[in-house]
Amino acid sequence: MHAFANPAKFLSLAKVLTPWLFWGGLALILVGAGCGLFVTPADYLQGESVRILYIHVPAAWLGMGGWTGLAIAALMQIVWRHPLAGVAGRAIAVPGALFTAICLATGSIWGRPTWGTWWEWDGRMTSMLVLLFLYFGYIALARASAEQPGGIGENGGVSRVTAIFALVGAVNLPIINRSVVWWNSLHQGPSITMRGSSIDSAILWPLGLTVIGFSLWFGAIVLMRMRSILAQNKVEARMARLAREAA
Amino acid sequence: MNHWPFIIAAYLITALGVLGLSWGSWRAMRAAEARADAMRRDR
Repeated sequence: MHAFANPAKFLSLAKVLTPWLFWGGLALILVGAGCGLFVTPADYLQGESVRILYIHVPAAWLGMGGWTGLAIAALMQIVWRHPLAGVAGRAIAVPGALFTAICLATGSIWGRPTWGTWWEWDGRMTSMLVLLFLYFGYIALARASAEQPGGIGENGGVSRVTAIFALVGAVNLPIINRSVVWWNSLHQGPSITMRGSSIDSAILWPLGLTVIGFSLWFGAIVLMRMRSILAQNKVEARMARLAREAA
Repeated sequence: MNHWPFIIAAYLITALGVLGLSWGSWRAMRAAEARADAMRRDR
């Protein structure tokens, strides 16, 4: 990781990776979603609504994966003072929040025909909603620290308090994961575990394509946002230097 | 109950989110990098 502490080195790799991740991810999403919509059979119990699985599960994975990324970036910022850690944290926050919101929306839409309700205040749904609010809190804190005088140059605009918030918020991740085991829930139990899957392979296979596709696309978006923040940092540093020279 | 309106709504929300974020992130990146390049040329 420290090999990429130099933003110039990181940018040269990011410029090559961005289009590959973006178009590769999008292609896999389209193939996986197309197969999930038109090729796989309906579920014997849930019927056609099971097709929402192919977008709901990747959204949940990226909502939680995004916060895992935030927490790792925060740890790298606090412990190793990695110069790109704060930039990565800021870049991950918005796509992570978007996927958490998509997970909640698609889950709610799935719930109506499957359970007969749009929403239930059970452990899984409530803890996922808490994750969305945590993202909002992180985005607000990061924006506030970037707006401080000289803030954006320091750790990409992510203050120590924001980084600590990301680490503390990670406590919610095992709660989301274990919520269907710890509490009675309308939400089904864990379907895919280290020991295998309870989903029939005839329905399961496009899920791999959409999970990988959305993950690659998410990586491309994070790289785009990091490039954007780094370019903005360059402009602001130059402006500050010109202002000092003029004074 | 017909499930297809629910499926279409779920996919539509996801597609809008994906396309919106792709467009917004790409535009922000291009604009920021163009500003940085222009500033470097003016130096």
